[in-house]
Amino acid sequence: MTGEQIIFLVVGVVTLVCGLLVVTVRNLVHAALWLVATLFGVAILYTLLNASFLAVVQVVVYIGAIAILFIFAVMLTRRQSAETGDSVNKNWWAGALLAVLTFAGLAFLLQSWSGFSKQAAAIPSGFDAINQLGDALTSPAGYVLPFEVASVLLLAALVGAVYLAFNKK
Amino acid sequence: MNFWNDPLKVAADWLTGIFVNWGMNEIFAHVLVVFLGIFVLIMILMVIDILLVWIERKVVARFQDRIGPNRLGPFGLIQPFADIVKLMIKEDTTPDGADKVVYNIAPMLSMMSVLILWAVVPLAPVMLGVDLNMGVLFIIAAGSIGTLSIIMAGWSSNNKFSTIGAFRQVAVMVSFEVPMLAVMLIPTIFSGSMGMNAIIQHQNIWYIFLSPLAALIFLIAAIAELGRAPFDLAEGESELVAGFNVEYSGMKFGMFYAGELLHAFTFGGFWSIMFFGGYRFFGLEQVSPFLAIAIILFKAMVGYWVIMWVKYTVMRIRIDQMLAFNWKFLTPVAFVLVMVTALMNALLRDAGSWLYITGMILSNIIVAWVSLEIVRSIGKKERERVEGPKQIAEAHH
Repeated sequence: MTGEQIIFLVVGVVTLVCGLLVVTVRNLVHAALWLVATLFGVAILYTLLNASFLAVVQVVVYIGAIAILFIFAVMLTRRQSAETGDSVNKNWWAGALLAVLTFAGLAFLLQSWSGFSKQAAAIPSGFDAINQLGDALTSPAGYVLPFEVASVLLLAALVGAVYLAFNKK
Repeated sequence: MNFWNDPLKVAADWLTGIFVNWGMNEIFAHVLVVFLGIFVLIMILMVIDILLVWIERKVVARFQDRIGPNRLGPFGLIQPFADIVKLMIKEDTTPDGADKVVYNIAPMLSMMSVLILWAVVPLAPVMLGVDLNMGVLFIIAAGSIGTLSIIMAGWSSNNKFSTIGAFRQVAVMVSFEVPMLAVMLIPTIFSGSMGMNAIIQHQNIWYIFLSPLAALIFLIAAIAELGRAPFDLAEGESELVAGFNVEYSGMKFGMFYAGELLHAFTFGGFWSIMFFGGYRFFGLEQVSPFLAIAIILFKAMVGYWVIMWVKYTVMRIRIDQMLAFNWKFLTPVAFVLVMVTALMNALLRDAGSWLYITGMILSNIIVAWVSLEIVRSIGKKERERVEGPKQIAEAHH
Protein backbone atom coordinates (compact mmCIF):
# COMPACT_ATOMS: atom_id res chain seq x y z
CA MET A 1 0.00 0.00 0.00
CA THR A 2 1.40 3.40 -0.92
CA GLY A 3 1.33 6.44 1.32
CA GLU A 4 -1.24 8.06 -0.92
CA GLN A 5 -3.60 5.13 -0.50
CA ILE A 6 -3.23 5.20 3.28
CA ILE A 7 -4.04 8.93 3.31
CA PHE A 8 -6.99 8.32 1.02
CA LEU A 9 -8.39 5.58 3.24
CA VAL A 10 -7.96 7.58 6.45
CA VAL A 11 -9.50 10.72 4.94
CA GLY A 12 -12.31 8.73 3.34
CA VAL A 13 -13.25 7.02 6.60
CA VAL A 14 -13.07 10.30 8.57
CA THR A 15 -15.22 12.05 5.96
CA LEU A 16 -17.82 9.29 6.04
CA VAL A 17 -17.97 9.28 9.85
CA CYS A 18 -18.34 13.07 9.90
CA GLY A 19 -21.08 12.83 7.27
CA LEU A 20 -22.89 10.27 9.40
CA LEU A 21 -22.59 12.50 12.46
CA VAL A 22 -24.14 15.41 10.53
CA VAL A 23 -27.43 13.55 10.35
CA THR A 24 -27.31 11.82 13.74
CA VAL A 25 -26.23 14.45 16.32
CA ARG A 26 -29.05 16.19 18.17
CA ASN A 27 -27.55 19.67 18.40
CA LEU A 28 -28.06 21.56 15.15
CA VAL A 29 -24.96 23.74 15.48
CA HIS A 30 -22.89 20.61 16.07
CA ALA A 31 -24.43 19.13 12.94
CA ALA A 32 -23.34 22.21 10.99
CA LEU A 33 -19.81 21.92 12.41
CA TRP A 34 -19.64 18.24 11.46
CA LEU A 35 -20.78 19.30 8.00
CA VAL A 36 -17.79 21.65 7.89
CA ALA A 37 -15.51 18.73 8.80
CA THR A 38 -17.10 16.62 6.05
CA LEU A 39 -16.55 19.35 3.48
CA PHE A 40 -12.92 19.62 4.59
CA GLY A 41 -12.53 15.92 4.00
CA VAL A 42 -13.86 16.33 0.47
CA ALA A 43 -11.39 19.18 -0.07
CA ILE A 44 -8.53 16.89 0.98
CA LEU A 45 -9.77 14.27 -1.48
CA TYR A 46 -9.62 16.89 -4.24
CA THR A 47 -6.05 17.68 -3.22
CA LEU A 48 -5.14 14.00 -3.45
CA LEU A 49 -6.47 14.07 -7.02
CA ASN A 50 -4.11 16.99 -7.83
CA ALA A 51 -7.14 19.25 -8.23
CA SER A 52 -5.91 21.87 -5.80
CA PHE A 53 -7.96 24.64 -7.41
CA LEU A 54 -11.16 22.71 -6.72
CA ALA A 55 -9.96 22.00 -3.18
CA VAL A 56 -9.40 25.67 -2.39
CA VAL A 57 -12.67 26.68 -4.03
CA GLN A 58 -14.41 23.98 -1.99
CA VAL A 59 -13.11 25.57 1.21
CA VAL A 60 -13.91 29.13 0.10
CA VAL A 61 -17.41 28.45 -1.17
CA TYR A 62 -18.71 25.63 1.00
CA ILE A 63 -17.02 26.41 4.32
CA GLY A 64 -16.49 30.14 3.95
CA ALA A 65 -19.96 30.90 2.65
CA ILE A 66 -22.49 28.09 2.78
CA ALA A 67 -21.59 26.49 6.11
CA ILE A 68 -21.32 29.90 7.77
CA LEU A 69 -24.77 30.74 6.41
CA PHE A 70 -26.11 27.46 7.84
CA ILE A 71 -24.66 28.23 11.24
CA PHE A 72 -26.12 31.72 11.13
CA ALA A 73 -29.56 30.41 10.28
CA VAL A 74 -29.38 27.80 13.04
CA MET A 75 -28.17 30.31 15.62
CA LEU A 76 -30.86 32.84 14.76
CA THR A 77 -33.57 30.21 15.15
CA ARG A 78 -32.16 28.76 18.35
CA ARG A 79 -35.43 28.76 20.29
CA GLN A 80 -37.45 27.09 17.56
CA SER A 81 -34.96 24.28 17.04
CA ALA A 82 -35.13 22.93 20.58
CA GLU A 83 -34.20 19.30 20.14
CA THR A 84 -37.22 17.20 20.95
CA GLY A 85 -38.62 14.12 19.35
CA ASP A 86 -36.98 11.42 17.29
CA SER A 87 -34.23 12.34 14.90
CA VAL A 88 -35.43 9.65 12.46
CA ASN A 89 -38.95 9.05 11.21
CA LYS A 90 -40.48 5.68 10.37
CA ASN A 91 -39.15 5.71 6.81
CA TRP A 92 -35.53 5.43 7.86
CA TRP A 93 -35.15 1.90 6.50
CA ALA A 94 -36.29 3.05 3.04
CA GLY A 95 -33.65 5.78 3.06
CA ALA A 96 -30.96 3.33 4.20
CA LEU A 97 -32.01 0.84 1.51
CA LEU A 98 -31.89 3.54 -1.16
CA ALA A 99 -28.40 4.59 -0.01
CA VAL A 100 -27.12 1.00 -0.10
CA LEU A 101 -28.67 0.40 -3.53
CA THR A 102 -27.15 3.60 -4.92
CA PHE A 103 -23.74 2.61 -3.57
CA ALA A 104 -24.05 -0.89 -4.99
CA GLY A 105 -25.15 0.44 -8.38
CA LEU A 106 -22.27 2.90 -8.55
CA ALA A 107 -19.79 0.25 -7.46
CA PHE A 108 -21.14 -2.13 -10.12
CA LEU A 109 -20.92 0.52 -12.85
CA LEU A 110 -17.36 1.44 -11.89
CA GLN A 111 -16.35 -2.20 -11.71
CA SER A 112 -17.27 -2.67 -15.35
CA TRP A 113 -15.34 0.47 -16.40
CA SER A 114 -11.98 -0.35 -17.96
CA GLY A 115 -10.09 2.39 -16.09
CA PHE A 116 -11.19 1.13 -12.68
CA SER A 117 -8.05 -0.81 -11.78
CA LYS A 118 -5.56 1.25 -13.77
CA GLN A 119 -2.91 3.48 -12.22
CA ALA A 120 -3.46 7.16 -12.98
CA ALA A 121 -0.95 8.53 -15.46
CA ALA A 122 1.63 10.83 -13.90
CA ILE A 123 0.98 14.51 -14.50
CA PRO A 124 3.73 15.97 -16.72
CA SER A 125 5.87 18.60 -15.04
CA GLY A 126 4.93 22.15 -15.96
CA PHE A 127 1.30 21.18 -16.36
CA ASP A 128 -0.76 24.19 -15.26
CA ALA A 129 -4.20 22.99 -14.24
CA ILE A 130 -5.55 26.51 -13.62
CA ASN A 131 -4.65 27.66 -17.12
CA GLN A 132 -6.29 24.57 -18.61
CA LEU A 133 -9.40 25.12 -16.52
CA GLY A 134 -9.58 28.79 -17.48
CA ASP A 135 -9.19 27.99 -21.16
CA ALA A 136 -11.84 25.28 -20.96
CA LEU A 137 -14.31 27.62 -19.25
CA THR A 138 -13.85 30.53 -21.65
CA SER A 139 -13.08 29.04 -25.06
CA PRO A 140 -16.00 28.48 -27.47
CA ALA A 141 -14.67 24.99 -28.15
CA GLY A 142 -14.84 24.25 -24.43
CA TYR A 143 -17.57 24.94 -21.93
CA VAL A 144 -18.25 28.63 -22.43
CA LEU A 145 -21.99 28.15 -23.04
CA PRO A 146 -22.77 26.10 -19.90
CA PHE A 147 -20.53 28.44 -17.91
CA GLU A 148 -22.38 31.54 -19.11
CA VAL A 149 -25.79 29.90 -18.62
CA ALA A 150 -24.86 29.05 -15.04
CA SER A 151 -23.66 32.64 -14.51
CA VAL A 152 -26.95 34.03 -15.81
CA LEU A 153 -28.88 31.64 -13.57
CA LEU A 154 -26.93 32.82 -10.53
CA LEU A 155 -27.45 36.44 -11.54
CA ALA A 156 -31.18 35.81 -11.84
CA ALA A 157 -31.23 34.27 -8.36
CA LEU A 158 -29.33 37.30 -7.04
CA VAL A 159 -31.74 39.77 -8.64
CA GLY A 160 -34.68 37.77 -7.33
CA ALA A 161 -33.28 37.82 -3.77
CA VAL A 162 -32.71 41.58 -3.94
CA TYR A 163 -36.23 42.11 -5.31
CA LEU A 164 -37.78 40.07 -2.49
CA ALA A 165 -35.78 41.88 0.17
CA PHE A 166 -36.33 45.30 -1.36
CA ASN A 167 -38.42 47.55 0.83
CA LYS A 168 -41.06 49.11 -1.39
CA LYS A 169 -41.94 52.58 -0.16
CA MET B 1 24.94 23.91 -4.27
CA ASN B 2 26.18 25.24 -0.95
CA PHE B 3 24.47 26.24 2.25
CA TRP B 4 24.51 29.98 1.64
CA ASN B 5 22.72 29.71 -1.71
CA ASP B 6 19.98 27.26 -0.83
CA PRO B 7 20.01 26.70 2.94
CA LEU B 8 16.64 24.95 3.11
CA LYS B 9 17.49 22.25 0.58
CA VAL B 10 20.98 21.68 1.94
CA ALA B 11 19.70 21.34 5.50
CA ALA B 12 16.89 19.00 4.38
CA ASP B 13 19.29 16.81 2.39
CA TRP B 14 21.72 16.69 5.31
CA LEU B 15 19.00 15.67 7.79
CA THR B 16 17.52 13.11 5.39
CA GLY B 17 21.01 11.64 4.98
CA ILE B 18 21.38 11.30 8.74
CA PHE B 19 17.98 9.66 9.13
CA VAL B 20 18.64 7.23 6.27
CA ASN B 21 22.00 6.39 7.86
CA TRP B 22 20.10 5.45 11.00
CA GLY B 23 18.30 2.86 8.92
CA MET B 24 15.11 4.78 8.29
CA ASN B 25 12.99 4.30 5.19
CA GLU B 26 13.83 7.07 2.68
CA ILE B 27 10.23 8.20 2.13
CA PHE B 28 9.55 8.21 5.83
CA ALA B 29 12.73 10.22 6.45
CA HIS B 30 11.61 12.74 3.83
CA VAL B 31 8.18 13.14 5.46
CA LEU B 32 9.82 13.53 8.87
CA VAL B 33 12.13 16.25 7.58
CA VAL B 34 9.18 18.14 6.07
CA PHE B 35 7.38 17.93 9.41
CA LEU B 36 10.49 19.23 11.19
CA GLY B 37 10.65 22.12 8.73
CA ILE B 38 7.03 23.06 9.45
CA PHE B 39 7.71 22.80 13.17
CA VAL B 40 10.74 25.10 12.97
CA LEU B 41 8.81 27.65 10.88
CA ILE B 42 5.98 27.70 13.42
CA MET B 43 8.49 28.08 16.27
CA ILE B 44 10.11 31.07 14.55
CA LEU B 45 6.70 32.62 13.90
CA MET B 46 5.69 32.21 17.55
CA VAL B 47 8.89 33.90 18.71
CA ILE B 48 8.24 36.76 16.26
CA ASP B 49 4.70 36.84 17.64
CA ILE B 50 6.01 37.37 21.19
CA LEU B 51 8.08 40.29 19.97
CA LEU B 52 5.07 41.67 18.09
CA VAL B 53 3.30 42.16 21.43
CA TRP B 54 6.17 44.37 22.51
CA ILE B 55 6.25 46.22 19.18
CA GLU B 56 2.52 46.81 19.21
CA ARG B 57 2.59 48.20 22.76
CA LYS B 58 5.60 50.40 22.08
CA VAL B 59 4.15 51.79 18.85
CA VAL B 60 0.72 52.50 20.32
CA ALA B 61 2.45 54.24 23.20
CA ARG B 62 4.32 56.47 20.76
CA PHE B 63 1.12 57.25 18.87
CA GLN B 64 -0.53 58.23 22.14
CA ASP B 65 2.47 60.23 23.38
CA ARG B 66 3.44 57.72 26.06
CA ILE B 67 6.58 55.66 26.63
CA GLY B 68 5.02 52.20 26.82
CA PRO B 69 6.45 49.20 28.69
CA ASN B 70 9.86 50.24 30.06
CA ARG B 71 10.27 48.55 33.46
CA LEU B 72 11.42 45.04 32.64
CA GLY B 73 14.67 44.67 30.77
CA PRO B 74 16.14 47.16 28.29
CA PHE B 75 13.29 49.11 26.63
CA GLY B 76 10.84 46.78 28.36
CA LEU B 77 11.88 43.93 26.07
CA ILE B 78 11.22 41.27 28.70
CA GLN B 79 7.68 42.52 29.29
CA PRO B 80 6.01 40.18 26.72
CA PHE B 81 7.67 37.15 28.33
CA ALA B 82 6.36 38.24 31.71
CA ASP B 83 2.94 38.63 30.10
CA ILE B 84 3.12 35.06 28.82
CA VAL B 85 3.99 33.73 32.27
CA LYS B 86 1.03 35.68 33.65
CA LEU B 87 -1.30 34.25 30.98
CA MET B 88 -0.04 30.73 31.67
CA ILE B 89 -0.66 30.79 35.42
CA LYS B 90 -4.05 32.47 35.22
CA GLU B 91 -7.09 30.43 36.14
CA ASP B 92 -8.59 28.68 33.15
CA THR B 93 -12.31 29.38 33.36
CA THR B 94 -15.15 27.86 31.39
CA PRO B 95 -18.53 29.56 31.66
CA ASP B 96 -21.62 27.67 32.80
CA GLY B 97 -23.58 26.21 29.93
CA ALA B 98 -20.68 26.56 27.52
CA ASP B 99 -20.26 24.01 24.78
CA LYS B 100 -16.94 22.71 26.12
CA VAL B 101 -15.43 21.03 23.07
CA VAL B 102 -16.30 23.82 20.63
CA TYR B 103 -15.24 26.39 23.23
CA ASN B 104 -11.78 24.83 23.51
CA ILE B 105 -11.26 24.20 19.80
CA ALA B 106 -12.05 27.79 18.77
CA PRO B 107 -8.79 29.47 19.99
CA MET B 108 -6.70 26.74 18.38
CA LEU B 109 -8.55 27.13 15.10
CA SER B 110 -8.07 30.88 15.26
CA MET B 111 -4.29 30.53 15.66
CA MET B 112 -4.20 27.81 12.99
CA SER B 113 -5.97 29.97 10.41
CA VAL B 114 -3.13 32.48 10.76
CA LEU B 115 -0.23 30.01 10.83
CA ILE B 116 -1.56 28.17 7.76
CA LEU B 117 -1.15 31.38 5.74
CA TRP B 118 2.64 31.09 6.05
CA ALA B 119 2.55 27.91 3.95
CA VAL B 120 2.36 30.09 0.84
CA VAL B 121 4.57 33.00 1.93
CA PRO B 122 7.81 32.98 -0.08
CA LEU B 123 10.53 34.13 2.31
CA ALA B 124 13.22 34.00 -0.37
CA PRO B 125 13.33 32.79 -3.99
CA VAL B 126 14.27 29.31 -2.81
CA MET B 127 12.69 29.31 0.64
CA LEU B 128 8.97 28.76 0.65
CA GLY B 129 6.56 26.19 2.00
CA VAL B 130 4.65 25.34 -1.16
CA ASP B 131 4.51 27.26 -4.41
CA LEU B 132 0.77 26.81 -4.78
CA ASN B 133 -0.44 28.13 -8.10
CA MET B 134 -3.56 29.50 -6.42
CA GLY B 135 -1.95 31.28 -3.49
CA VAL B 136 -4.39 34.17 -3.81
CA LEU B 137 -7.40 31.92 -3.28
CA PHE B 138 -5.58 30.11 -0.49
CA ILE B 139 -5.47 33.34 1.54
CA ILE B 140 -9.24 33.70 1.26
CA ALA B 141 -9.75 30.04 2.17
CA ALA B 142 -7.61 30.43 5.31
CA GLY B 143 -9.65 33.53 6.16
CA SER B 144 -12.83 31.49 6.05
CA ILE B 145 -11.37 29.15 8.68
CA GLY B 146 -10.73 32.23 10.84
CA THR B 147 -14.38 33.23 10.37
CA LEU B 148 -15.42 29.78 11.50
CA SER B 149 -13.26 29.98 14.63
CA ILE B 150 -14.83 33.28 15.63
CA ILE B 151 -18.38 32.05 15.16
CA MET B 152 -17.49 28.94 17.21
CA ALA B 153 -16.02 31.05 20.01
CA GLY B 154 -18.99 33.42 20.04
CA TRP B 155 -21.63 30.72 20.03
CA SER B 156 -20.06 28.27 22.46
CA SER B 157 -19.40 30.86 25.19
CA ASN B 158 -23.12 30.99 26.02
CA ASN B 159 -22.92 34.74 26.40
CA LYS B 160 -25.03 37.33 24.58
CA PHE B 161 -22.10 39.73 24.23
CA SER B 162 -19.90 37.15 22.57
CA THR B 163 -22.66 36.01 20.25
CA ILE B 164 -23.38 39.57 19.10
CA GLY B 165 -19.65 40.21 18.74
CA ALA B 166 -19.27 37.07 16.65
CA PHE B 167 -22.21 38.08 14.45
CA ARG B 168 -20.65 41.45 13.79
CA GLN B 169 -17.17 40.09 13.17
CA VAL B 170 -18.46 37.47 10.76
CA ALA B 171 -20.53 40.11 8.94
CA VAL B 172 -17.37 42.19 8.51
CA MET B 173 -15.21 39.28 7.40
CA VAL B 174 -17.71 37.78 4.99
CA SER B 175 -18.43 41.10 3.31
CA PHE B 176 -14.85 42.35 3.02
CA GLU B 177 -13.71 39.06 1.51
CA VAL B 178 -15.44 40.13 -1.70
CA PRO B 179 -13.50 43.33 -2.53
CA MET B 180 -10.31 41.68 -1.21
CA LEU B 181 -10.59 38.76 -3.61
CA ALA B 182 -11.48 41.11 -6.48
CA VAL B 183 -8.50 43.33 -5.78
CA MET B 184 -6.11 40.39 -5.42
CA LEU B 185 -6.96 39.52 -9.01
CA ILE B 186 -5.13 42.67 -10.13
CA PRO B 187 -1.60 41.41 -9.30
CA THR B 188 -2.80 38.17 -10.91
CA ILE B 189 -3.66 40.05 -14.11
CA PHE B 190 -0.26 41.81 -14.13
CA SER B 191 1.80 38.71 -13.43
CA GLY B 192 -0.35 36.10 -15.17
CA SER B 193 -0.27 33.81 -12.14
CA MET B 194 -2.00 33.37 -8.81
CA GLY B 195 1.10 31.98 -7.12
CA MET B 196 2.84 34.19 -4.59
CA ASN B 197 6.34 33.45 -5.86
CA ALA B 198 5.39 34.11 -9.48
CA ILE B 199 3.77 37.41 -8.50
CA ILE B 200 7.02 38.50 -6.85
CA GLN B 201 9.18 37.26 -9.72
CA HIS B 202 7.15 39.30 -12.22
CA GLN B 203 7.36 42.51 -10.22
CA ASN B 204 10.11 44.29 -12.11
CA ILE B 205 8.19 47.40 -11.18
CA TRP B 206 6.30 47.39 -7.89
CA TYR B 207 2.61 46.90 -8.55
CA ILE B 208 1.71 49.83 -6.32
CA PHE B 209 3.05 52.05 -9.13
CA LEU B 210 0.81 50.25 -11.60
CA SER B 211 -2.30 50.18 -9.46
CA PRO B 212 -2.20 52.38 -6.35
CA LEU B 213 -5.98 52.17 -5.95
CA ALA B 214 -5.80 48.38 -5.75
CA ALA B 215 -3.13 48.61 -3.03
CA LEU B 216 -5.35 50.98 -1.05
CA ILE B 217 -8.44 48.78 -1.37
CA PHE B 218 -6.40 45.72 -0.37
CA LEU B 219 -5.17 47.54 2.74
CA ILE B 220 -8.72 48.57 3.72
CA ALA B 221 -10.08 45.07 3.17
CA ALA B 222 -7.15 43.56 5.09
CA ILE B 223 -7.78 45.84 8.07
CA ALA B 224 -11.45 44.83 8.01
CA GLU B 225 -10.52 41.16 7.75
CA LEU B 226 -8.29 41.60 10.81
CA GLY B 227 -11.11 43.25 12.73
CA ARG B 228 -8.96 46.23 13.64
CA ALA B 229 -10.05 49.85 13.97
CA PRO B 230 -11.97 51.39 12.25
CA PHE B 231 -13.62 48.01 11.73
CA ASP B 232 -13.27 46.70 15.29
CA LEU B 233 -16.98 46.92 16.00
CA ALA B 234 -16.92 43.26 16.99
CA GLU B 235 -14.80 44.24 19.97
CA GLY B 236 -16.82 47.36 20.77
CA GLU B 237 -15.72 47.49 24.40
CA SER B 238 -18.18 50.27 25.20
CA GLU B 239 -21.13 48.09 24.15
CA LEU B 240 -19.95 44.47 24.05
CA VAL B 241 -17.21 44.29 26.73
CA ALA B 242 -14.78 42.56 24.35
CA GLY B 243 -16.86 40.86 21.67
CA PHE B 244 -16.50 37.19 20.85
CA ASN B 245 -13.69 36.53 23.35
CA VAL B 246 -15.38 37.88 26.50
CA GLU B 247 -15.42 34.56 28.31
CA TYR B 248 -11.91 33.40 27.48
CA SER B 249 -9.23 33.64 30.14
CA GLY B 250 -5.52 32.95 30.39
CA MET B 251 -3.71 31.46 27.43
CA LYS B 252 -6.93 30.81 25.50
CA PHE B 253 -7.48 34.53 25.33
CA GLY B 254 -3.76 34.81 24.59
CA MET B 255 -4.24 32.63 21.51
CA PHE B 256 -6.85 35.01 20.10
CA TYR B 257 -4.71 38.02 20.95
CA ALA B 258 -1.47 36.60 19.58
CA GLY B 259 -3.34 35.29 16.56
CA GLU B 260 -4.65 38.78 15.84
CA LEU B 261 -1.18 40.35 16.07
CA LEU B 262 0.42 37.68 13.88
CA HIS B 263 -2.48 38.02 11.45
CA ALA B 264 -1.83 41.75 11.14
CA PHE B 265 1.87 41.11 10.57
CA THR B 266 1.04 38.42 8.01
CA PHE B 267 -1.26 40.73 6.09
CA GLY B 268 1.48 43.36 6.15
CA GLY B 269 3.56 40.65 4.48
CA PHE B 270 0.90 39.91 1.87
CA TRP B 271 0.54 43.60 1.14
CA SER B 272 4.26 43.79 0.50
CA ILE B 273 4.21 40.63 -1.62
CA MET B 274 1.38 41.83 -3.85
CA PHE B 275 2.27 45.47 -4.22
CA PHE B 276 5.82 46.12 -2.96
CA GLY B 277 7.85 43.37 -4.58
CA GLY B 278 8.05 40.95 -1.64
CA TYR B 279 11.63 39.86 -1.07
CA ARG B 280 12.93 41.84 -4.05
CA PHE B 281 14.92 44.99 -3.51
CA PHE B 282 17.17 46.20 -6.36
CA GLY B 283 18.68 42.75 -6.87
CA LEU B 284 19.75 42.38 -3.24
CA GLU B 285 17.70 39.17 -3.00
CA GLN B 286 20.11 37.53 -5.46
CA VAL B 287 23.04 38.03 -3.08
CA SER B 288 21.84 35.72 -0.35
CA PRO B 289 18.54 34.10 0.68
CA PHE B 290 19.12 35.42 4.19
CA LEU B 291 19.15 38.97 2.86
CA ALA B 292 15.89 38.20 1.03
CA ILE B 293 14.30 37.04 4.29
CA ALA B 294 15.45 40.22 6.01
CA ILE B 295 13.95 42.31 3.19
CA ILE B 296 10.55 40.61 3.26
CA LEU B 297 10.37 40.72 7.06
CA PHE B 298 11.26 44.41 6.98
CA LYS B 299 8.57 45.11 4.37
CA ALA B 300 6.03 43.07 6.34
CA MET B 301 6.94 45.10 9.42
CA VAL B 302 6.38 48.33 7.50
CA GLY B 303 2.98 47.03 6.37
CA TYR B 304 2.20 46.08 9.97
CA TRP B 305 3.21 49.57 11.08
CA VAL B 306 0.81 51.13 8.56
CA ILE B 307 -1.99 48.91 9.88
CA MET B 308 -1.17 50.02 13.45
CA TRP B 309 -0.99 53.65 12.31
CA VAL B 310 -4.53 53.39 10.93
CA LYS B 311 -5.74 51.52 14.02
CA TYR B 312 -4.57 54.11 16.51
CA THR B 313 -5.58 57.11 14.42
CA VAL B 314 -9.17 56.56 13.34
CA MET B 315 -12.25 55.84 15.40
CA ARG B 316 -14.66 52.94 15.21
CA ILE B 317 -17.56 53.07 12.74
CA ARG B 318 -21.04 51.64 13.18
CA ILE B 319 -22.05 48.35 11.60
CA ASP B 320 -24.52 49.93 9.14
CA GLN B 321 -21.83 52.39 8.04
CA MET B 322 -19.40 49.49 7.61
CA LEU B 323 -21.86 47.46 5.52
CA ALA B 324 -22.86 50.45 3.40
CA PHE B 325 -19.21 51.37 2.85
CA ASN B 326 -18.36 47.86 1.75
CA TRP B 327 -21.33 46.94 -0.41
CA LYS B 328 -22.19 50.32 -1.89
CA PHE B 329 -18.70 51.70 -2.40
CA LEU B 330 -15.73 49.38 -2.01
CA THR B 331 -17.12 46.31 -3.79
CA PRO B 332 -18.34 48.14 -6.92
CA VAL B 333 -15.11 50.13 -7.13
CA ALA B 334 -13.04 46.95 -6.77
CA PHE B 335 -15.01 45.17 -9.50
CA VAL B 336 -14.86 48.13 -11.88
CA LEU B 337 -11.13 48.40 -11.23
CA VAL B 338 -10.60 44.72 -12.04
CA MET B 339 -12.53 45.08 -15.29
CA VAL B 340 -10.72 48.27 -16.31
CA THR B 341 -7.34 46.76 -15.44
CA ALA B 342 -8.05 43.60 -17.41
CA LEU B 343 -9.15 45.67 -20.41
CA MET B 344 -6.12 47.99 -20.24
CA ASN B 345 -3.85 44.98 -19.83
CA ALA B 346 -5.28 43.41 -22.98
CA LEU B 347 -4.94 46.68 -24.92
CA LEU B 348 -1.47 47.73 -23.74
CA ARG B 349 0.21 44.37 -23.26
CA ASP B 350 2.30 44.72 -26.40
CA ALA B 351 2.95 48.45 -26.04
CA GLY B 352 6.14 49.80 -24.47
CA SER B 353 6.56 49.57 -20.72
CA TRP B 354 6.28 53.34 -20.20
CA LEU B 355 3.00 53.45 -22.10
CA TYR B 356 1.80 50.47 -20.05
CA ILE B 357 2.62 52.13 -16.73
CA THR B 358 1.12 55.48 -17.75
CA GLY B 359 -2.05 53.83 -19.01
CA MET B 360 -2.45 51.81 -15.82
CA ILE B 361 -1.93 54.79 -13.52
CA LEU B 362 -4.25 56.97 -15.59
CA SER B 363 -7.00 54.35 -15.53
CA ASN B 364 -6.57 54.05 -11.75
CA ILE B 365 -6.85 57.80 -11.27
CA ILE B 366 -9.92 57.98 -13.49
CA VAL B 367 -11.67 55.13 -11.66
CA ALA B 368 -10.90 56.72 -8.28
CA TRP B 369 -11.99 60.19 -9.40
CA VAL B 370 -15.24 59.04 -11.02
CA SER B 371 -16.23 56.90 -8.04
CA LEU B 372 -15.50 59.74 -5.61
CA GLU B 373 -17.53 62.14 -7.75
CA ILE B 374 -20.49 59.73 -7.79
CA VAL B 375 -20.29 59.33 -4.02
CA ARG B 376 -20.08 63.08 -3.57
CA SER B 377 -23.14 63.79 -5.71
CA ILE B 378 -25.15 61.08 -3.89
CA GLY B 379 -24.03 62.49 -0.54
CA LYS B 380 -25.09 65.97 -1.61
CA LYS B 381 -28.53 64.73 -2.68
CA GLU B 382 -28.92 62.86 0.59
CA ARG B 383 -28.01 65.95 2.61
CA GLU B 384 -30.50 68.02 0.62
CA ARG B 385 -33.19 65.43 1.24
CA VAL B 386 -32.54 65.40 4.98
CA GLU B 387 -31.87 69.05 5.66
CA GLY B 388 -33.89 70.59 2.85
CA PRO B 389 -32.33 72.68 0.11
CA LYS B 390 -33.00 75.96 1.90
CA GLN B 391 -30.66 75.50 4.82
CA ILE B 392 -27.82 74.47 2.56
CA ALA B 393 -28.35 77.53 0.39
CA GLU B 394 -28.44 79.72 3.50
CA ALA B 395 -25.34 78.13 4.92
CA HIS B 396 -23.45 78.96 1.77
CA HIS B 397 -24.26 82.69 2.00
